[in-house]
Amino acid sequence: MTAQPLLDVKDLTVEFTTRRGIVKAVQHVDISVGKGETVGIVGESGSGKSVTSYAVMRILDRAGRIADGSVRFSGIDVKAATESQMRDLRGREVSMIFQNPRAALNPIRKVGHQIEDVLRQHVQQAQVTDRGEKAIEALEQVKIARARERYHAYPFELSGGMCQRVVIALALACNPQLLIADEPTTGLDVTTQKAVMDLIVELTRRRSMSTILITHDLGLAAAYCDRVVVMEKGRVVETAKSADIFAAPRHAYTRKLMRATPRLGVSLRDLLPEEDPLASPRVRGEADTLGSALARQSVAGEGGSPRVVPADPAPHPNPFPVKNEERGPIEPLLSVEKLVKEYPRQGAGGMLAKLFGRKPPVEEETFRAVDGISFSIDHGESVGLVGESGCGKSTTSMMVMRLLDQTSGRIMFDGEDVGGIAPQSFARLPRRSQIQMVFQDPTDSLNPRFTAARAIADPIMQLGDIRGRDALRARCEELARLVGLPVNLLDRFPHQLSGGQKARVGIARAIALHPKLVILDEPTAALDVSVQAVVLNLLQDLKQSMGMSYLFVSHDLNVVRLLCDRVIVMRAGRIVEQGASEHVLGNPQDAYTRELLTAIPHPPLPAS
Amino acid sequence: MLAMIGKRLLFAIPSLIGVVIVTFLLTRALPGDPAAYFAGPAATKEAVDQIRKKLGFDKPLIEQFVRYSTDLAHGDLGSSLTTGQPVAAELRSRLPASAELTLLGLVVSIVIAIPLGVLAATRPGSWIDHLCRVTTTAGVSLPVFFTGLVLVYVFYFRLGWSPAPLGRLDVFTSAPPTVTGFYLVDALIARDFEAFRSALSQLILPAVTLAIFSLAPIARMTRASMLAVLASDFVRTARASGLSPDKVIVTYAFRNAMLPVITTLSMVFSFLLGANVLVEKVFAWPGIGSYAVEALIASDFAPVQGFVLTMAVMYVLLNLMIDILYGVIDPRVRLEG
Repeated sequence: MTAQPLLDVKDLTVEFTTRRGIVKAVQHVDISVGKGETVGIVGESGSGKSVTSYAVMRILDRAGRIADGSVRFSGIDVKAATESQMRDLRGREVSMIFQNPRAALNPIRKVGHQIEDVLRQHVQQAQVTDRGEKAIEALEQVKIARARERYHAYPFELSGGMCQRVVIALALACNPQLLIADEPTTGLDVTTQKAVMDLIVELTRRRSMSTILITHDLGLAAAYCDRVVVMEKGRVVETAKSADIFAAPRHAYTRKLMRATPRLGVSLRDLLPEEDPLASPRVRGEADTLGSALARQSVAGEGGSPRVVPADPAPHPNPFPVKNEERGPIEPLLSVEKLVKEYPRQGAGGMLAKLFGRKPPVEEETFRAVDGISFSIDHGESVGLVGESGCGKSTTSMMVMRLLDQTSGRIMFDGEDVGGIAPQSFARLPRRSQIQMVFQDPTDSLNPRFTAARAIADPIMQLGDIRGRDALRARCEELARLVGLPVNLLDRFPHQLSGGQKARVGIARAIALHPKLVILDEPTAALDVSVQAVVLNLLQDLKQSMGMSYLFVSHDLNVVRLLCDRVIVMRAGRIVEQGASEHVLGNPQDAYTRELLTAIPHPPLPAS
Repeated sequence: MLAMIGKRLLFAIPSLIGVVIVTFLLTRALPGDPAAYFAGPAATKEAVDQIRKKLGFDKPLIEQFVRYSTDLAHGDLGSSLTTGQPVAAELRSRLPASAELTLLGLVVSIVIAIPLGVLAATRPGSWIDHLCRVTTTAGVSLPVFFTGLVLVYVFYFRLGWSPAPLGRLDVFTSAPPTVTGFYLVDALIARDFEAFRSALSQLILPAVTLAIFSLAPIARMTRASMLAVLASDFVRTARASGLSPDKVIVTYAFRNAMLPVITTLSMVFSFLLGANVLVEKVFAWPGIGSYAVEALIASDFAPVQGFVLTMAVMYVLLNLMIDILYGVIDPRVRLEG
């Protein structure tokens, strides 16, 4: 650290001019990155980690500006540099990889041409023929098979992982000195995540490049970074070597983040923040930042007992009697037998034909998204359905939900064959209220023109028996209390709620009709870890108090391990392994399950 | 590609049949009796009846329809009662006049509106953004007959720069031999530059009138879709790769932003083609819009039906063209052929 660092950010403050005045997104941030060093910037959404990197590249929006401090990159003052100097810097000296690789590429331009655009900008002497070869070479370096063909592919013809490789090829085409990777693997499967991260490390190490890895995933930062910078609300709260920071986190926020990260050897309760005796239960909309009122109550109100009676039990006697678990020869709540879903191979055929010189596809006419799977869910049981994208887990949940017709197979729900009911008519049956769903994206799954109360009331108005405005309102408030959503937020619209609050609205809507089975489709994938911890605990509590069964669709094995009794591992439409969570995830029998497990970056256990 | 075009044309047939039926019924449901109109105000009842019989209006509706569609199948659109001319011939001579005017108006409008929209989007809040806003607001709020009359008043009456607004050519010039029906093109083919100059000077004012009107949707759409694309992730990637602003705006942003603009263009074009009646009236333009309106007032069925059918066919072809253009720009659309 004696030599001058490659990137030196000192006292950086970034301001955004908004309608409500000036917002300081980043305040007094100091970050330095040495040559060949990998630095992780870790923080939850809104911590200013992306804004910091945009400031380094000087690609802030029009509304944002560097208000104070300095950014020096190998001796160049980034703040004072002219726009054309910056253009030479971007892509050639510093380059970036973004989250959501598919959107980061121009959808209507061949990927090879996009790489050539960068080469043309920065490498003057290259000849026209040379450039094409160089682009193909760049694609080969990121280990894209058949790079020569893929040169002519459009982003929509490639998978998410493949698109990220193209983005990496784009970023590394001109051999920059610093690579900024902004959540490069969010939204990718664990195995793809591992492949992409390993590739980044391999390529940057070989070129002795420096890397900034921006992530919300502590495990990822721990596994790949030399040093970690933890940011909270626009400030750096801790900077340390990654080995040190995980062994002995100094700042309370770092400890909280580490606690909330699902990992081996902990229970759901362990994810919640330690009890803070000074904190009083908050009624306003900030419940998510310090754990929900519900969770707080569970710790404060009931002592050491892990069981939680939903908020405020006295004036509102628990409307859902806890179901006594009668173990006996009762049939399972849901049983699925030899379920098959086939799709015509249209799109894939066209694409293959394109790749292989327009020959007609010789494969079979149909594509089996779900290939004869059988499983069952008992009353009060939660079953995890895991697998990578495209394995058919979402298709399966859609068929159980009757949003999609199966090609063949039987779906028995609570003693009735619901598989024979057409999706269109199922929506109007009373049976429909027994199966509910919580969706992946809490924002997109709420009608932006409905208030929280209206969204929660929706299923009741469709299928419920509560009539009258006041009764409906009372029920909504009851449900809001149940899921730990402050009642005064019920009249807000989705955009006025935080991610965790929106997730609660989605859950309240799903449990409004006392369902027997709730399908949870990655309900926490879009949430920060601390919010995820609270929501997972909430789901667990609700399951126990209402006696529901869960079908939990997820790609996060750590979360599944915490929440589910049993787990089903799917691959390419088939079940490769199923059994008790502890058993399957602790001692996997199938090679694929093992592969999934080893791909998870493991954060070191916090010192307790 | 050819299969896609063929399929699209096949899909258009039912809607065309629908158009034939609906226009037939609508024209019959119109108030007014064409027979009485033709017989004149002094005609006796017998004379009116005789005309009605001659025209076939005494027959049941279904029989009239069968006769109409049989004629149609043979390419016979019937004859106008007012002029006695076959409708097909009239449309054939008048459609190029309207199309030439509309196309030129649209070209003028595109040439102004798209750069205006792009510049406004890349410099929000600047004077050019305000100019864009003012121009588009003025363009939609001023009715075409008003702008047309103002242009005639200023450039013909006051300044005397443009010729009298009386048709496609001034009285001393003869029309070039018909090849396409577009005088500008025909004059160039015949190397008759005098006719070209005359046709152009007659065209400019009505074309500008139309352009001012159609400027607004195109400029607004360009601006909005450019703004959306400029905020997208791939433009950020392009900027982060250090590409020059020109490259980012033209290759990355503009080509993507064109997609909704093209849709707007097709709507504006089909709208202008039929709706420029007022412009045709102001400039005494022998187009199909004025032809259809005159026929409508006279309860002259055949031209109205012919007009609507022509417009429907044009609309189908236009949409097909837009879809093909879409496929050229956007590779994602091509797969769904």
